[in-house]
Amino acid sequence: MANDTQLHVNGAKLHVPADPERSLLSVLRDDLELTGTKYGCGEGQCGACTVLIDGLPQRSCLTPVGTVAGRQIITIEGLEQTGKLHPLQRAFLEVGAMQCAYCTSGMIISAAGLLKRNPNPTQQAIIRFMDGNLCRCGTYPRIIAAIKLAAKEKSK
Amino acid sequence: MTEILFEPERYELHALPVRYSGLTRRQFFKALGSGIVVFLVLRDLEAVAQESGGRRRRGPMPRLPLEIGAWLHIAEDGAVTVYTGKVEVGQGSRTELTQVVAEELRVLLTSVRLVMGDTDLVPFDMGTFGSQTTPQMAPRLRKAAAAAREVLIGLAADEWKVDRASLVCGDGKVTRPKTKRSLTYGQLTKGQKLVKAIPDDVTLTSPDRWTIEGKPTPKIDCKAFVTGQHQYPSDIKRPDMLHGKVLRPPAFGATLTSVSHELKGVTVVHDGDFVGVATDNELAATRALATIHAEWKTTPQVSAAELFAELKKTAGQSDERARREVGSMEKGLAAADRKLQQTYTVAYIAHAPLEPRAAVAEWNDDKLTVWTGTQRPFGVRSELANVFQIPEEHVHVIMPDMGSGYGGKHTGDAAIEAARLAKAAGKPVKIVWTREEEFTWAYFRPAGVIEVASGVRDDGTITAWEFHNYNSGAAAIQPPYDIPNQSVEFHSAHSPLRQGSYRSLAATANHFARETHIDELAHLVKMDPLEFRRKNLKDARLQSVLDAASEAFAWGRKKTSTEQGFGIAVGLDKGGHLATCAEVSADRTEGTAKIVRLVAAFDCGAIINPDNLKNQIEGAMIMGLGGALREAIEFENGRILNPRFSAYRVPRFSDVPFIEVVLVDRKDLPSAGAGETPIVGVAPAIGNAIFDATGIRLRSLPMIPNGLKEGA
Repeated sequence: MANDTQLHVNGAKLHVPADPERSLLSVLRDDLELTGTKYGCGEGQCGACTVLIDGLPQRSCLTPVGTVAGRQIITIEGLEQTGKLHPLQRAFLEVGAMQCAYCTSGMIISAAGLLKRNPNPTQQAIIRFMDGNLCRCGTYPRIIAAIKLAAKEKSK
Repeated sequence: MTEILFEPERYELHALPVRYSGLTRRQFFKALGSGIVVFLVLRDLEAVAQESGGRRRRGPMPRLPLEIGAWLHIAEDGAVTVYTGKVEVGQGSRTELTQVVAEELRVLLTSVRLVMGDTDLVPFDMGTFGSQTTPQMAPRLRKAAAAAREVLIGLAADEWKVDRASLVCGDGKVTRPKTKRSLTYGQLTKGQKLVKAIPDDVTLTSPDRWTIEGKPTPKIDCKAFVTGQHQYPSDIKRPDMLHGKVLRPPAFGATLTSVSHELKGVTVVHDGDFVGVATDNELAATRALATIHAEWKTTPQVSAAELFAELKKTAGQSDERARREVGSMEKGLAAADRKLQQTYTVAYIAHAPLEPRAAVAEWNDDKLTVWTGTQRPFGVRSELANVFQIPEEHVHVIMPDMGSGYGGKHTGDAAIEAARLAKAAGKPVKIVWTREEEFTWAYFRPAGVIEVASGVRDDGTITAWEFHNYNSGAAAIQPPYDIPNQSVEFHSAHSPLRQGSYRSLAATANHFARETHIDELAHLVKMDPLEFRRKNLKDARLQSVLDAASEAFAWGRKKTSTEQGFGIAVGLDKGGHLATCAEVSADRTEGTAKIVRLVAAFDCGAIINPDNLKNQIEGAMIMGLGGALREAIEFENGRILNPRFSAYRVPRFSDVPFIEVVLVDRKDLPSAGAGETPIVGVAPAIGNAIFDATGIRLRSLPMIPNGLKEGA
């Protein structure tokens, strides 16, 4: 059952001997030690497990690892470029857009997908796009502020 | 410590663990290296031998005193390490306590490291709940840090042979301003093995002179949280670790009648009603579990439809701890111009922390180490010691800063499961509850029935107040209003579901019933709800938050549409003084209600971290929206019917109204905890606003699970 899946994660090519039916989330966390991506619900309702697959935010808990061979996967650990935090990471810090921060990876990755598609989203566009991501601590207003700040910084 | 009361609704905490701190002085310095250690002794100071001049000491090492509230170590490089049994779950305790120590020691925030919730290293602590970290642990650490500062000044005074009053601390140094000579803390602690037990009465920096406390301070190590580097309990990995799964019964209270399987190469544990497996990965464990054939015996149980009748039927005598009898209800009702009797209900709700219960357990011979997410590391240690019949000293519980709790992570369920499987497997085992397990096998905020009977004079004076809470709890059951005749009681009852603590406990239910009823009385005597409250409140701090909130909200302004409604509520619990205003847009014929705006004014004494406080208040209000409007656990005959986020609606981005927070900073008053109380005003303020807009009075939480029509 141990098929060899070739994964492109955060710019690295990896051969992962994993059952192709296992979730991408489990392989990232348990085999590749990329634990920044979180389990929250297993049904695509909370967004804690969000990763970018070919630039689009996807729920890794519902993604069998066998279906993403060769595709470009970016996790929260891969967002920092050449030692420099992504504008969203800086904005979340600047605004203090977290409490327990368990949702933060998924929030930042989803927002990265949003800003890629829409570099200057309105409040309504942010709410619509991010509505599948849960923050149980209720830091939503701060997350919206952080996304707006990052959009502003990026457009500078 | 004695002021920590277990409110009756902390059902999950049936017993207190034994107090115990395991480290001897020698182990301490072995673990930490030389330096100085300061202990804050909570009481029984006489019994503790004051030690000094550690280098000269001979003879057996004494055990550390049992009543230690905190300890603090300054190493030979000047690094400050603080040990506390409190834990960080997102509420900001790590940041706040770091501020407190840095302030008194006159060092940078970055020079201070907190070790939290590690039962081998920190002094005993009952747990992180009841908003106690700020009022109890912060003063203790302040004292420990202030005492350490005095020890350092003493060392410098000895070194230079000068009067200690001529020395000052700042920037991690002791300086003699006269000569401009200075020694860093590291230079002073070099080669020392000094242990100081200090009394509870050292001099502290006055809040009006704070330079670190009282300032907005970002979450400690926040960069690790935006880069995914922080290791939560569910992220812990150990060599050769297996993944475990537990076979869950089909209903609560079910007993196992038979079990069989043909699994090979998988650890299977069958012990009483417990069946679990452990193997290489989660999917394999889930598949292995699915091949086990088990038969269960179930028993008929009370369902949601019969819940409130059941709670009334099984209610016992009222709890003396919560009872208040003032004056005479008979006289109070006789003096009233109008009387009102109403019943309010609250549903069971789930904490649903985004990180589910998780644990990694590892055995080394007969010693057990567990990494787990809990608000009570010492409580979990006791549970593990009991289950495995081993001494508490053989159990080490480590609590990495976790993905929230809200009162839901007080018990050691996942830790016990992981330890059972690890023992059988002979390897470390990780258990992470699925969301469905989290929604089913954790405990819930208690449901309840609240009956209120009152009397009021036409001038707006409340003359009589009778209040009975069945099952949901006693927190903040006493009215803050000045009412001459009162009868207030809490009655425990038989709960069909496992229940326990939740953010603010029953203060949410009791405030919902009280502040809704107060609004009903105001309308009964045709008074403005704000004026009615002002008339019956004597508490100056509540008056001042009412002023602050109503001013920010512009209470009394003209409505701009017929759908618009305004509501207000006050709250008092755990030292926090709250006023909440809500604006809704509700349409009776359409059956819709939208929350437009929430304003809260909050006074919790001297503010230690204003930005974190604001964050907590905003978060509590948003969490409060869930229980106010839609959240309810649906259950039938021992089964949870909605154990998923797709069926149990917690607040999302699109549910959040415009939120405004007014902080009332009282530097002259002790700081109270603030993570809980701001939740209590949300439901009544919204319900009162819906009434204002539509004339529909909602008396059950959640208020509009299916929109306004069906709630009416």
